[in-house]
Amino acid sequence: MIDKIFFNFTRFSALLILVIVAWIFVVLFNQSIEAMNTFGLDFITKDEWAPNLDKFGAYAAIFGSVASTFLAMLLAIPVAIGVAIFLSEIAHDKIKGFFGVSVELLAAIPSVIYGMWGLFYFVPILRDIFGGMGIGLLAAGIVLAIMILPFMAAVTRDAMNTTPDILKESAYALGGTQWDVIKDVIIPYAKAGIIGSLILALGRAIGETMAVTFVMGNVHHVPGSILDPTTSIPVTLANEFTEADSSLYFSSLFGLALTLLIMSFVVIAIAKFYFLRKARRA
Amino acid sequence: MTAVQKRILINRIALVFSTLSAIIALGFLFWILGILVMKGMSALNWNIFIYEGAPPGYEDSGLKHALTGQLILVGLATSVGVPLGILAGTYLSEYGKNSKLAHAIRDISDIMMSAPSIVIGAFVYAIIVMPMGHFSAWAGAIALAIIMIPIILRTTDDMLQLVPGTLREAAFALGAPKYKVILSVVYRGAKAGILTGVLLGIARVAGETAPLLFTSFNDNFFTTDLNAAMPSLTVTMFNYATSPYEDWQQLGWAAAFILSMFILGLNVLGRLILLAGKGK
Repeated sequence: MIDKIFFNFTRFSALLILVIVAWIFVVLFNQSIEAMNTFGLDFITKDEWAPNLDKFGAYAAIFGSVASTFLAMLLAIPVAIGVAIFLSEIAHDKIKGFFGVSVELLAAIPSVIYGMWGLFYFVPILRDIFGGMGIGLLAAGIVLAIMILPFMAAVTRDAMNTTPDILKESAYALGGTQWDVIKDVIIPYAKAGIIGSLILALGRAIGETMAVTFVMGNVHHVPGSILDPTTSIPVTLANEFTEADSSLYFSSLFGLALTLLIMSFVVIAIAKFYFLRKARRA
Repeated sequence: MTAVQKRILINRIALVFSTLSAIIALGFLFWILGILVMKGMSALNWNIFIYEGAPPGYEDSGLKHALTGQLILVGLATSVGVPLGILAGTYLSEYGKNSKLAHAIRDISDIMMSAPSIVIGAFVYAIIVMPMGHFSAWAGAIALAIIMIPIILRTTDDMLQLVPGTLREAAFALGAPKYKVILSVVYRGAKAGILTGVLLGIARVAGETAPLLFTSFNDNFFTTDLNAAMPSLTVTMFNYATSPYEDWQQLGWAAAFILSMFILGLNVLGRLILLAGKGK
């Protein structure tokens, strides 16, 4: 009797996850129907976002999300791989423990703090170097890169650490240098895991709100250069959700949320089910 | 240059580059941490814990409202998210095991763990804030709980699977029903791991800002009313930092410092518990 009750409690909780996820999709879809009916495909291809005229085109926000994430990945990937190589192959055991733990702890720092640092300390530097406002795509890309770096380095290192020692030792025995071992043994062996980890980090970066809200500018235009202020989906949501005054405005914002959810779901699913699963099987 | 010399040279260059990138990365990160500690420490004083928010320029302004609000929100989220997460993890490890359903739940929950938290805020806005007509602490706590469940579920599932099957069989052989085996044998064996998962889950949601922006919203005054907007450290930090007033920005840094220390403390504690558990 109690056995049955306990079983049903646990099963209910487990099924609740599926229900919540399905519910999220349904709710966001329902809320954005009005915008989809009004604008159709124009919603994602036009960049005119004019709440006073009831015109909503999300292209600028989508572009900003993709561009800032791309920029962040471009900057963070080489450094993260460097850090991962340092942590798994170069560093002395004692340093390894210390740096490894600090990198993991830094990954736990709330992203809003990276955003605050970006606004108060990094944007002024950019302003001095390039002129202009400092706020914009470049600032967002760099802050995002720094924010995602600890997570990326930690998961990439974990992927590299799966290489069996005996493979590395064999390569050393053949006279390979440390770099030979890294590029010809570790990277080929852990390739799927490394790519999966990088894409997973990308999935996190694309939905990141707080690190970029401070420094992006929330201007609904496709920027002419990387120094121009622009916006992204999460930034638009964070800035405008509480200001929306018409049902079409709300509906458009929910449309943005749905677009973002689908984008990140696809990215994360590719990372998890294609690369990371392959890595586990190998 | 001989081939060997060339390879050694390339090796040196590559290693120097990767060490350099580690130094650059850690440099940036310690720069941020350094600013956080310096700004936070200098803004820290007793008034912060005594006074609630005040208009800019007032001497007697503090963060009492945000600190209390943060504790209430995270506390509520924990009391909803932890039991559900642990029960769901129990189902996966003890009942579902390798069934298709269990794998589907694991996969979906894994994706949820990395899903954008602001979208969850939008979802909770649609299902709770819109029908109720106003922001509320409940909405914020539920948004945080939804983010928390997948984390707890994952660690519970992993940790319960580490408990040896022979322990379960021994308990069954003594005639214990399954729920009893789970409650008093399996849970006990995985205690340290589950506790660590809970601490990391709390640490993760405590730093979330985005899902609170339009669920629990914000308030500059002390409140314990769960049906009204409730301030949190993160949203307060965001509002104060983007304000043009110097004293509000100071309070923002103090909030950032307190919150980071809380989160880092939970992370360190979680690790220590896991280490102590392994040592046994």
